[in-house]
Amino acid sequence: MTPPSFSPVGLRFENIDKRYGGLLALRSVSLAIAPGECVVFAGRNGSGKTTLLRIAARLVRPSRGSVSFSESSGDGNENVIRPGFVAHATMVYDELTAEENLLLFARLQDVQRPEDRVDALLKEVGLSERRASLVRTFSRGMRQRVAIARALLHEPAVLLFDEPATGLDPQGVAWLADAIRRLRDSGSTILMSLHGESEISSLGTRAIRLDAGSIAADTRTGATFRSILAIADA
Amino acid sequence: MSLLPNAAVLLGKELRTEFRSRELLTTTVVFILIVIVLFSFTFDPTSDESRRFAPGLLWLAFLFASSLMLQPCFLREQQNDTLSALRLSVSDPFAIFLAKVAANTLFLLLTELLLLPIFAVMYNVPITRVLHWLVLVFFLASLGISTAGTALSAISAQARMRELLLPLLMLPLLTPILVASTEVTKRLFEREPAVQWTGIGFLAVFDVVFLTALWLFGEYLLEE
Repeated sequence: MTPPSFSPVGLRFENIDKRYGGLLALRSVSLAIAPGECVVFAGRNGSGKTTLLRIAARLVRPSRGSVSFSESSGDGNENVIRPGFVAHATMVYDELTAEENLLLFARLQDVQRPEDRVDALLKEVGLSERRASLVRTFSRGMRQRVAIARALLHEPAVLLFDEPATGLDPQGVAWLADAIRRLRDSGSTILMSLHGESEISSLGTRAIRLDAGSIAADTRTGATFRSILAIADA
Repeated sequence: MSLLPNAAVLLGKELRTEFRSRELLTTTVVFILIVIVLFSFTFDPTSDESRRFAPGLLWLAFLFASSLMLQPCFLREQQNDTLSALRLSVSDPFAIFLAKVAANTLFLLLTELLLLPIFAVMYNVPITRVLHWLVLVFFLASLGISTAGTALSAISAQARMRELLLPLLMLPLLTPILVASTEVTKRLFEREPAVQWTGIGFLAVFDVVFLTALWLFGEYLLEE
């Protein structure tokens, strides 16, 4: 990945509750993420990982509490605190080509010289030769690469990955792990939800276990870290 | 990036995807054509009879066809959660609505203009003298249908009975447009055509009111 042009940004969740009808998906979640941290969220299905990430992306409004980003570089660049988000779904259009998809989002995000940026990202995700192919003709793994390229378009300081390895083959997982490592080392703040221990989870500098919408464990080191990552789906 | 450039980029995407697949245009044109042809069998289309029935029939066909056209408007965005990607990318969520309203208006207008000559021939209605007024009515009514319909499409896309919900919400809400546009068209089809300004004014006010409401409250319609 090309070196980013931002100052690291942190996040703060304060007393977050999220209610879907009668279901309380998140209960009083308070959390401070330091700039440059790589946080792995683990937990069983329905524990609130996706909801927390979608609240961080400002796609979901919390029922109570707030999420805020720490001071940015102060250069007035809105993109710096606009997180890059990779979700379960690919969030790209099947009826457009890989290049058209990336150009569309680059233009919407006011990326400078969008053609050059798209060109560079297509090379980085290994899709240069398929740039003119419709996304609907891609395998799940290739679509996920487009999704990751889309999330990186505006060089966000905060990256949110919701089970980013979904659909990737072992080669793809290795590529993703390498990409996340480089992003982490370049100072990006990364929040990712994962199931179980993997090459990607080992990149985390902090592990948080969510259980029924609450933080059940939060650690940076030692045996607890590994035991949090080892949690598999029920 | 401001509202209009964002909307223009999104409009380009809407047009590109539609002209690539032609799903909406084909469905709508075929639907209206079937209605026009079927109704032409039910009564003898002499000029006098056509002047009485044809405007209402024409607008009913347009209205039902628009519910077909507007249904996938936000459903398509749910397929790969692209709506979330758009919400993350635009500075003002109204840009998403503005692009969809513009695209839907354009598609609807195109369909209407494509079918108008066929309608005129089958129902023996002279349109050449009043074509410019018809285009104005078509534009104002299509804009109103698209604005209200796009908002309702965003609401219904998140509901469980989404396929049924849109027509149920849309048809009663758009009855004023149906009545106004039918009245204006009826006067234009008369032997001595006249422009009914109250109807045109009503359509324009409807458009402004719904566009303003969408601008003010559209953001809430996109929330999960």
